[in-house]
Amino acid sequence: MRKLTLAIAVIAPMLGHAASAEDTLKIGYIDPLSGGGASVGEGGLKTFQYLADELNAKGGILGHKIEILPLDNKTNPQESLVQAQKAIDAGVHYITQGNGSSVGAALSDFVTKNNSRNPGKEVLYFNYAAVDPSLTNEKCSYWHFRWDASSDIKMEALTNYMKDTASIKKVYLINQDYSFGQSVRTDARKMLGAKRSDIQIVGDELHPLLKVTDFSPYIAKIKASGADSVVTGNWGQDFALLLKAAADAGLKVNWYTYYAGGAGGPTAIKQTGLDGQVFQITEGFANSGNKGAMDYEKAFRAKVNLSLWYPRAVNEMRMFKAAAEKANSIDPVKVAAALEDLKFEVLDGGQGIMRKDDHQFLQPIYISSFGKLTESEPFDEESTGWGWHLVSRIDTPQAMVSTTCKMARP
Amino acid sequence: MLELIVISTLNGVLFGMLLFLLSSGLTVIFSMMGVLNFAHASFYMLGAFFGFQLTKWIGFWPALVLAPLLVGAIGMAVERYGLRNTHKHGHVAELLLTFGLAFAIEEIVSMIWGKSPLDYRVPALLDFPAFTIFSTNYPAYKIFMLAVSVIIFVVLLIVLKRTRVGLIVQAALTHPHMVGHLGHNVGRVFMAVFGVGSALAALAGVIAGPALVTQSDMAASLGPILFVVIVFGGLGSLPGAFIASLVIGLVQTFAVALDGSLASAFGPLDPSAGPSVLTDIWNVTIAQVAPIVPYLLLVIILIVRPMGLMGTRE
Repeated sequence: MRKLTLAIAVIAPMLGHAASAEDTLKIGYIDPLSGGGASVGEGGLKTFQYLADELNAKGGILGHKIEILPLDNKTNPQESLVQAQKAIDAGVHYITQGNGSSVGAALSDFVTKNNSRNPGKEVLYFNYAAVDPSLTNEKCSYWHFRWDASSDIKMEALTNYMKDTASIKKVYLINQDYSFGQSVRTDARKMLGAKRSDIQIVGDELHPLLKVTDFSPYIAKIKASGADSVVTGNWGQDFALLLKAAADAGLKVNWYTYYAGGAGGPTAIKQTGLDGQVFQITEGFANSGNKGAMDYEKAFRAKVNLSLWYPRAVNEMRMFKAAAEKANSIDPVKVAAALEDLKFEVLDGGQGIMRKDDHQFLQPIYISSFGKLTESEPFDEESTGWGWHLVSRIDTPQAMVSTTCKMARP
Repeated sequence: MLELIVISTLNGVLFGMLLFLLSSGLTVIFSMMGVLNFAHASFYMLGAFFGFQLTKWIGFWPALVLAPLLVGAIGMAVERYGLRNTHKHGHVAELLLTFGLAFAIEEIVSMIWGKSPLDYRVPALLDFPAFTIFSTNYPAYKIFMLAVSVIIFVVLLIVLKRTRVGLIVQAALTHPHMVGHLGHNVGRVFMAVFGVGSALAALAGVIAGPALVTQSDMAASLGPILFVVIVFGGLGSLPGAFIASLVIGLVQTFAVALDGSLASAFGPLDPSAGPSVLTDIWNVTIAQVAPIVPYLLLVIILIVRPMGLMGTRE
C-alpha cells in the first residue's frame, strides 16, 4: 500500500507536468552563456525572455504560453549539437541561435538531418544573428530562417556608403578567424575593389575567435600600416578589447564595423574619444527616429536595463506569431510554409519580406555613427552620454543581394 | 618597419612580464615543495575577482594589498588541510587535489560573479599615457605592471638565495627531517611557501584584471601558457621562468606582427595548382598561427633540452 501511495505521489505530478507542457510552446535558446561570448549570449537571452513575456501577456501564440529554454553552447558547434538534442528531447520544436556562424552552420545541418530522419517531429531553426552568407547560399536549408541581414548584404550597404567617402584611402581589415570573419574579409576586398579601386587594402588580419586578451600587437600593426580606416566584423569581447587597445595606444582611425554597439563597445569608443568616427550597420537602432521603435526601446530599457541590441529578435518573434496565426497551427511544418514570402512591417519601420528562395529576411538597413547626441536623440549607450546617430538608411530594395540557394523542399 | 619592431618589442616585454608575475608563484611552489600546482591560475583568477570586489568597496590600492593576503590565506588553508594530508600518498595525489581545486574554484567564481566579463577599470591615478613613441601612447598602467614584475623578481631572488629564510625553505625540501631536528617547524614552512606562492598569483590577478578581461574563464585561458613558461624555463628555476616569460612574450608578439607565409617565402614554388588543402596551409601567415607558437616552442624544448633552459632536473 505504502509503495503504491509513493508511486502515485511520484507519478501524479509528472502527469500534471505533461499536461501543462502540451500548452506551453518551448523555444530552445542555444547560445553562449559562459566564456568569451557570455556577455552577448546573456543579453540575447534577456531579450528573448522579454519578448516571450510580452507575447504571453497578450495570450501567447494561438493560446500557447511561450517558454524560453536557455542552453549554453559555449560558442562551440559540437556543444551546440548536444544542446540541440537536449532541447529536442525536452519536446522543443523551435530553436533559436545567433552567435557564431560556425555554430549556425552546424545547427542548420543538424536540424535538416533531424527533420529528414524523424518525419512528424520536425524542428525549425530561427537564426537571429549568424550572418555567414553560406547559410542562405550553398548551405541553405528549408528549415533555417534568418532574420539578420547576411554579411554580404551588410557589406554591400557599407561599401556603398564608403565609396562616397572620399577621405578613405587606406583600409585595414581585421576579423575573427572563422567562417563569418573570413566572409567579411573576402566581401570587403571584392566589393571595395569593384567600387573604389583607388582604395588600398594595407592590411588583412585574421585572429583567433574570442581568445585574444590583449590586442596591443594588432593595434601596433594597424598603426604601422598607415591605415585611415579599419573594417571589422568583430563582436563580443573581440570588439571591446580591440577598441580598448586602440584607446590605450591612442590610435585614431575611422572604424567601419558590424557590431560596435555590443557590450563594452560604446564604453571603449567613448574612452578613445572617437566622436562620430565609429560606424555600425544594423537593421535598427535606438535613435532611429521611428516613434513605435523608440517607445519600444524605452519600455525595454526600463524593464531589462539593457539597450535593445536585437530589433531583429522582435521581428523574429512577431513574425513567428504572424506565421502561426496565418497557418492556424504551431506545427513547425505549417509554420515554415506560412513564413515563406511573408511580408512584415519591421520594428524600425518599413516593409520586410522573408524571401522564399533562401529564407533570408530582407529589410531596411541603417548605418549609424557613435558620438554626442542631439535633442531628438534620447538614448545613450552604457551610460556614456553618447549614442547612435543616423548616417544613412538603405531601403529594402537596395539592401538585397542575389542568392545561389537551390533549396531542397520537403 | 623600425616603428613596428620597437613597439612590438615593448608589447612583448610587457606581456612577458605579466607572464612572469604569474609563473613566479608557480615556480616558487614547485622549486620549494615539488608540488605542481594546477590550481595556480585559479588563484590568479581569485585575485582578480577579489581585487575587483575590494576595489569597489575600498579602492584599488588597499585591494592591491588585501586581495593577495586573502588569497594567500586561502592558499595556506589548502596546504594545511588538503596538501599536507595527501602529501604522504605521493605526487599524483597532490596533483589530483590541485586539479580538482581548479574546477571547484572556477565554478564557485562563476556562481558568485556570473559568467560575463566584469567592468574592472584601471585606477584613475594610472589612467594616462606614460609616454608616446612613434605616435603610439604607452599607458602608465602597463609600465606599473612592468615595474611590479621586476620588483617581485628581484625580491624573490634575494629572499631565496641570500637570506636565512630561503636557506631553511630550500633545506626543508631536500632534508625535511634534518631541518625538523634543528628545531624548525617544517609543516609551517611549507604552508608559508604555498601561501606566498598563491599570494603572488593573486597579485598578478589584481594587476592583470583591469588590463585584460576579468571573467570566470580567465584561469582556463591562461593556465596552459603558464605551464609552457615554467617547463620552457626549467621546472623550479626562477631565473629560467623570467627568461622564458620574456622569450614567450616576445615570440608571441612578433609572430602577430609578421605577415610571412610559406607562399611568400617560396613564392615560385607555389603549389596553388595542387589540391586545395595544401594551398590553405601554404597561405597561412605567421600571424594566424601566433597563438600556437608557444606550444610549438614547448615541444621543441622538450625534445632538445628536456630539463628546460635553466632547470637542474629532468
